[in-house]
Amino acid sequence: MQTTEPSAAPDRAKQASVPSGGSASHAVGSVGAPIDYLLQLADNALILGQRNAEWCGHGPILEEDLALANNSLDLIGQARLLYQHAAQLIGNGATEDSLAYFRDVPDFRNYTLLELPHSSPLAATASGDRDYATTIVRNFLYSALMALMWERLQDSADRQLAAIAAKSLKEVRYHLRHSRDWLVRFGDGTDASHARAQAALDHLMPYTQEFWTDSAAEISASSSGAGLAPRELQADWNTLVDSALGEATLKRPTDQGYVSRGKQGVHSEHLGFVLAEMQSLARAHPQAAW
Amino acid sequence: MSSSIAQTPVCSHPQIWAALEALTDPEIPVVTLRELGILREVRDGVGGLEVVITPTYSGCPAMGQIEDDVRDTLAAHGIDARVVTQLAPAWSTDWMSDVAKDKLRAYGIAPPQCGSATGGRDASSVVRFSARAATPEVVPCPQCGSQNTTETSHFGSTACKALYRCLDCMEPFDYFKPY
Repeated sequence: MQTTEPSAAPDRAKQASVPSGGSASHAVGSVGAPIDYLLQLADNALILGQRNAEWCGHGPILEEDLALANNSLDLIGQARLLYQHAAQLIGNGATEDSLAYFRDVPDFRNYTLLELPHSSPLAATASGDRDYATTIVRNFLYSALMALMWERLQDSADRQLAAIAAKSLKEVRYHLRHSRDWLVRFGDGTDASHARAQAALDHLMPYTQEFWTDSAAEISASSSGAGLAPRELQADWNTLVDSALGEATLKRPTDQGYVSRGKQGVHSEHLGFVLAEMQSLARAHPQAAW
Repeated sequence: MSSSIAQTPVCSHPQIWAALEALTDPEIPVVTLRELGILREVRDGVGGLEVVITPTYSGCPAMGQIEDDVRDTLAAHGIDARVVTQLAPAWSTDWMSDVAKDKLRAYGIAPPQCGSATGGRDASSVVRFSARAATPEVVPCPQCGSQNTTETSHFGSTACKALYRCLDCMEPFDYFKPY
């Protein structure tokens, strides 16, 4: 998937070093999660990983440049594990690369929140300057959700998904700590940083309504024990978010307005541009090995 | 803590363990894959011998290199075995042996620690770009041993490390994060 990652090379693929669950585990007694459920988790990680990687070389300070690059590395790593698992269940020659690079906008199942540009809502155009408050607020809202979700998915009836959850949980806890810390710093900082953090929150919070709507994949995953119904996490997420916003002296906007439907494949105008940049190399050279 | 799992791997195939003992982490060449807990197991699989490795972080870019190194070493010793990447149980720094921790320290990387932080130091005069956690973790400097250190960034040169600096000897250093 990553162009620098040698594991996509064909000779390596033949070695069939496919990650598996616990030693005793895989297959026996494991329930495969619905493909769309895995893709939703994978697409979330990939798209946010791709977005956060846009900061690489442009971070506001060196330490944050490194932090966002690390965050992307974790997210893209999680996406790879999830795509590999989904590809195995799909069969038919599907690979992590075909899922990441050869699906189009309506096939992607990520939350709309994660595909939005980093620009502040205060910027005149969507391609306006990247705004670190927007980046931090989004990472916080998503990491808070995933810290809760990965924790629960460790008990998934899909053993491989449970194994991925156990790894991802450790990583997302660092992401949550990082974004929460900066959220508080911005909110409880200067007038300028407070205003930008509040603007980013007002802009992004409505998109979190999508977290709590059910997709068909989530309903099916929840009934088979492989996944969760989104609303199970809502109360805990509210507690996490409200405590951070309180510390940051930020005001939580009321939930209202359009409820985005990215996980149903209905996306904003921004995802096409993300995919164009991310997929163009693989599509121009579909046989390329690296 | 389940540290016993890694420190006493099942040595059912001593000659394979011996062959792989020379392999070190590509990014931290002073510790071996076994000491880090990345090399998990050698077992008799359905299709023959299997060497089991586990990733540290999901996105660790060294995993491809590690897998290649293991495969090449097996081939060089004429051992016919498959390399299997396994996620569960999830890798933890608790698996790192004490010997590995000493080697890390000698190399200039503060090893992971699980001990709780003790407060009482005042770094408020130092501009800090990262956490203002209520009880910051005390990480002794691997150069001078001072406990008067501060975190520069949660995230460092590789996925598994954070950036610290010592306020006594003023040297920056990497801290292998507990995971």
